[in-house]
Amino acid sequence: MKKYDAIVIGAGHNGLTNAAYLAKAGLDVVVLEKNPYIGGATVSRELHEGWMYSNCSYVCSLLRPEISRDLNLPKFGLQVIPYVGGVTFKRDGDYFGNYDDHERQYREIARHSKRDANAYERYTADVTKQTRFIRPFLLRTPPDPTSFKPRDIQELLFLAKSFYNLGEKVLGDTLRFWTMSIGDFLDEYFETDVIKCHLAGSGIIGTALGVYSPGTAYVLLHHYMGEVDGSVGAWGFARGGMGSVSKALAGAFQSFGGEIRADAEVDRILATAGRTSGVVLANGDEIYADIVVSNLDPKRTFLDIMAEEDLPASVVKQAKNFKIRGSSGKLNIALDGLPTFNSLPPKSPLMTGDMHFIDSLERMERAYDDWKNGTWSQDPYVDMLIPTQVDPTMAPVGKHMMSVFVQYAPPKLATGKWTDKDRDAFGKTVIDQIGSYSPNFKDLILHAEVRTPQDIEDEVGLTEGNIFQGELTFDQLLFNRPFPGYAQYRGPVKGMYICGSGTHPGGGVMSAPGANAAREILMDLNHPTTVPEAYPDD
Amino acid sequence: MTDLEIPPLLLQTPFHSRVSAACEMNLWEDWKGYTTPVAYSNVELEYFAMRNSASIFDITPMTKYRITGADGHAYLDRLVTRNLKNLDVGRVMYTAWCNDEGKVIDDGTIFHVNDDTFILCAQERHLDWMEWSALGFDVKIEDVTEEIAALSFQGPTSCAILKIMGLTGVENLKSFDLQHYPFGQTQLMVSRTGFTADLGYELWIEPDHAEALWDALMAAGRDYNVKPVGAEALQIARVEAGFIQAGVDFVPAEQEVRVERSRSPYELGLGWLVHLKKPNFNGQQALKEEKLKGSRFRFTRLDVQGNKPAENSFIFNRQNKVVGVVTSAAWVPTAKRNVAFASLEMPWGKPGNELWAEIYYLRELKWARVLEKCTVIEEPIFDPERRHATPALDY
Ligand SMILES: Cc1cc2nc3c(=O)[nH]c(=O)nc-3n(C[C@H](O)[C@H](O)[C@H](O)COP(=O)(O)OP(=O)(O)OC[C@H]3O[C@@H](n4cnc5c(N)ncnc54)[C@H](O)[C@@H]3O)c2cc1C
Repeated sequence: MKKYDAIVIGAGHNGLTNAAYLAKAGLDVVVLEKNPYIGGATVSRELHEGWMYSNCSYVCSLLRPEISRDLNLPKFGLQVIPYVGGVTFKRDGDYFGNYDDHERQYREIARHSKRDANAYERYTADVTKQTRFIRPFLLRTPPDPTSFKPRDIQELLFLAKSFYNLGEKVLGDTLRFWTMSIGDFLDEYFETDVIKCHLAGSGIIGTALGVYSPGTAYVLLHHYMGEVDGSVGAWGFARGGMGSVSKALAGAFQSFGGEIRADAEVDRILATAGRTSGVVLANGDEIYADIVVSNLDPKRTFLDIMAEEDLPASVVKQAKNFKIRGSSGKLNIALDGLPTFNSLPPKSPLMTGDMHFIDSLERMERAYDDWKNGTWSQDPYVDMLIPTQVDPTMAPVGKHMMSVFVQYAPPKLATGKWTDKDRDAFGKTVIDQIGSYSPNFKDLILHAEVRTPQDIEDEVGLTEGNIFQGELTFDQLLFNRPFPGYAQYRGPVKGMYICGSGTHPGGGVMSAPGANAAREILMDLNHPTTVPEAYPDD
Repeated sequence: MTDLEIPPLLLQTPFHSRVSAACEMNLWEDWKGYTTPVAYSNVELEYFAMRNSASIFDITPMTKYRITGADGHAYLDRLVTRNLKNLDVGRVMYTAWCNDEGKVIDDGTIFHVNDDTFILCAQERHLDWMEWSALGFDVKIEDVTEEIAALSFQGPTSCAILKIMGLTGVENLKSFDLQHYPFGQTQLMVSRTGFTADLGYELWIEPDHAEALWDALMAAGRDYNVKPVGAEALQIARVEAGFIQAGVDFVPAEQEVRVERSRSPYELGLGWLVHLKKPNFNGQQALKEEKLKGSRFRFTRLDVQGNKPAENSFIFNRQNKVVGVVTSAAWVPTAKRNVAFASLEMPWGKPGNELWAEIYYLRELKWARVLEKCTVIEEPIFDPERRHATPALDY
C-alpha cells in the first residue's frame, strides 16, 4: 500500500495552508476531509439556487499577506476587496455610523459627543500601539519559556525585546490590555454608550464572555491586528465568499502536486510505541505516513481521533480542560432586494459595513446573561453584512445575500440539545430584531440558513461550535495555546502535529497556524523552510 | 435624531461662495473636514500678496474652544506651559500645552475676550484632554469651531485696508491685542495676530456675516492688490516666519503610536513658553526633570546652501552620521534663504555645528543627490519692523 510523506486531517484553511507548505517543500501530501466539500469554517456554498453563502466566516482581514503572496493565491482566484461603513442602530430611531473618511467619522461621533470624537484619536493611537506589538508574533512559533534550547532562548529574547521596546508606560498598558474587559477599556475613553457598544462588538465575537468579562479587550485586538493591503485593521470581502480563500489554498496545494480526498473522515490516528504511522478512516481504510497533522481543534484531536492510552495523561487532562465554549450562531439569508432601514437614507454608505442592533453595553451584558442561562440571547448582538452590495458574484443582479453572525447562542440549551423547533425560534428572534429596524426586510426573505452552535459543531467539527477552535483568553494564548508544552505545533506522539486555530496565534481566517506548523515540521525533517518570514512593521 | 440624508464628506466654510468663485485653479484639499483651497491662481503671486500688499486666508477650520466660568483663567493657566497671569482682557497669548509626560499636545493662541470668556485656537482637537484637565475647576468648555468664521488678513497694507473699511483706531492695536468693532448687525473681533511674522490681523465673526466681511475686505482693498491665498502660499510664509506646525514639525502627543516620536517644548525650540515656576501645570514634573537631565532632541532652523529645498532630508554631521531629519523646508523669497526646520539628536544643532543636508531632486526622470552645508540660524529669519510697529503704518 502507498505511503505518503504526510497526512493532513481536515481541509480547513489551516490544514490546506499547512499541506501547501509541506507540498511546496516536495513532500507527498494528502489532505483528508470528512465533508464532501473543503474549507471547514472558510467555505462558500450555494444552498439556494443562484445565491452563494459564506456559511461560517464571512469577512477577511487576518489572512497573512505574506502567505497570500507567497502561495500566489490571486492566481488561484482569491481577491479580497476592502469594505467600509458600518452602523449601530439605536432604539430611539437614531444610529451611530462608521464612516471611512476621518473627518466625516469625527463629525459622526461628535454628533453624539464632541468629547468622544476627540477621545477617539487617543483610542485609535492606543489600540494601534497594541496591534503593533502583537503583529510580529503572528508568523512566529511561540517560544517555550521552560526550555533552554538556543532557538527558544532566542525567541524569548525577541519577546522580551518587543516588550522592552514598548517603553515602560505602554508595557503596563499592554499587560492591562491583555487581561481587562472591553467594557472597562472603552470606559476609559468614551462617555457615549452607543459608541462604546459599536466598538465593543469586536471584543465578544465568538467569545463566551460578556463585555465586562476580563480578557475581552484582547479579543478586540484580535480583530484589529489584520489588514487589507497594508491598511492595518481594515476588513474585506473575499470575492465569491470566504470559500474563495480555501479554494485558492487548495489550488496552490494541488499545483505543488498535493492530493485532497473529500468524504474521508478520519476515525483515529495510528500510534504505536510513541510514534504515528498514519490514520484509519471511518470506513476502515488505513492510510500511512510518518507525519500526521491534525487541523482539528485540540479537543477533537486529542480526545476523539486519538486513543487516550496513546497519550500522556497530562495531555488528556489538559485537552479535557481546554476552554472551547460555543457562543455564536449564524444566519445566511437570500434576499429578493436590498432592505431599507428606518433611520438610514437609501444608499447610505454605512450599509456596506457591519450593522448592529444593540445600543448599550448593558444590553450586551444582558445578552450574555441569556447565554449563561442556557438560552440564546433574546436581544442579541448581531454582526450583519450584505456583501452583495460590493460583490457581484454571490446573488443574481439586484438580489442580495445577507450574512448575520449572532452572539450569543449556547452550545446546549437549558432544556437539552437544540431541536428543530429551537432552531426556528432562534432564527425568528434574529429576524424579528432586524425586522424591527427594517420595514421591508421580512418580505424580502427568500431562503434562510439558520445555524446553531450545535449545527456548526456537527457540520464543521468545531467543538461546541466555538468559532476560534478554543477561546482567545490570556491563559490560552501564545506559548499556552492550546496548552503549556504543546504550543510549538508538535503533538505528544512522534510525527504527529497540530495546525488548526487551536494553536498560536489562534482563530480567524489567518493561515498563520497552518504555516507556522509547517515550518516546525520541515525543521524536524531538516528540510529548508518554505514558509515566508513576516513583513516587518515599522 | 437624524434627518434622512447622507452627511456630506466635506463641509464648506461660511466663506465658500466667495472662496470658490475666486479659486480659479479649482485645486482643493481636506483641512479638518472642510474643503479648502490649495491655491487660487498662482502660488507665487499669492505669496507676494502676503509680503507686499494684503492677503486673505480662510482659517475657519482651526479648532476653537470657548472657555467660560469663574475659574477660566486659573484653569487655562494650569492647562498650558506659559504663565497666563498677565493675559488681560483684550490680549492674546501664544503658548503650548503638554500631557503629563511633558510632551507637546499642540501649540496655539489664547484670546482673553472679556472678563470670564477665553477662546483657545489651535490646529488639533483637544476637548477630551481639556475636560480631563478641567476636573476641580469651575469652567465650561465648548467647541465653537463652527460658530466662528475667521479670516487671516496679513500683509503690509492690511491695516490701511481695515481703516478704509471703517475700523477706526485699528492702527493702535499692538501685537497680540484684540478689539471688537461693530460690523453690520454684529460684532467683528479683530486681533493683531497671524502665522506670517508680518503686519497682519485675524478677523473673527459670526458665520452669517462671513460673506459680508469677505466682500468688505475685497472692496476696501480694491486698490491695494488684496488677494485670497491658499495653503501652499501660506506654507512658504510660515516657514519664512519660522513657525512650527502640529502634525508636520511635531507629532501631537495624543496621536503618538511609536515610542519617543513626540517632543517636549524644549525639544521644539519652545522652551521660552515654559514657566517652570508656575505653581502647577500639565507636564510640569516631567519638564522639570527634563530641564535637569537634558533633552533628547533639539529643534533647529537651518540655512541650507544652494537653492534646492531640503524637503524630508536626513541631516548628517561631519562624521557622516545621521543626526536628524528635516521637518519643513522652503526657499523663502523675501528673506532669500533656503530654510529647513530640523529635529536633531542632542547635542547637534548648536550654532557653529557643521551639518549637511542630503537633498534629492528630480530633473527630467533623473534623480540627483547633493550634500549641502547647513548653517544654524540664530536670528529670526524674517522680522520686519512693521510686524510690531504701533501705530501700524500704511506701508
Ligand atoms: C460562524 C462563524 C463565523 C466566523 N466568522 C469569521 C470571520 O468573519 N472572519 C474570520 O476571520 N474568521 C471567522 N470565523 C473563524 C474562522 O472561520 C475559523 O477560525 C477558521 O476558519 C478555522 O480554520 P481551521 O482551518 O483552523 O479549522 P476548521 O475550519 O475548523 O477546519 C477543520 C476541518 O477539519 C474537518 N474535520 C473535522 N473532523 C474531521 C475528521 N474526523 N476527519 C476529517 N476531517 C475532519 C472539518 O470538516 C474542517 O474542514 C468564523 C467562524 C464561524 C464558525
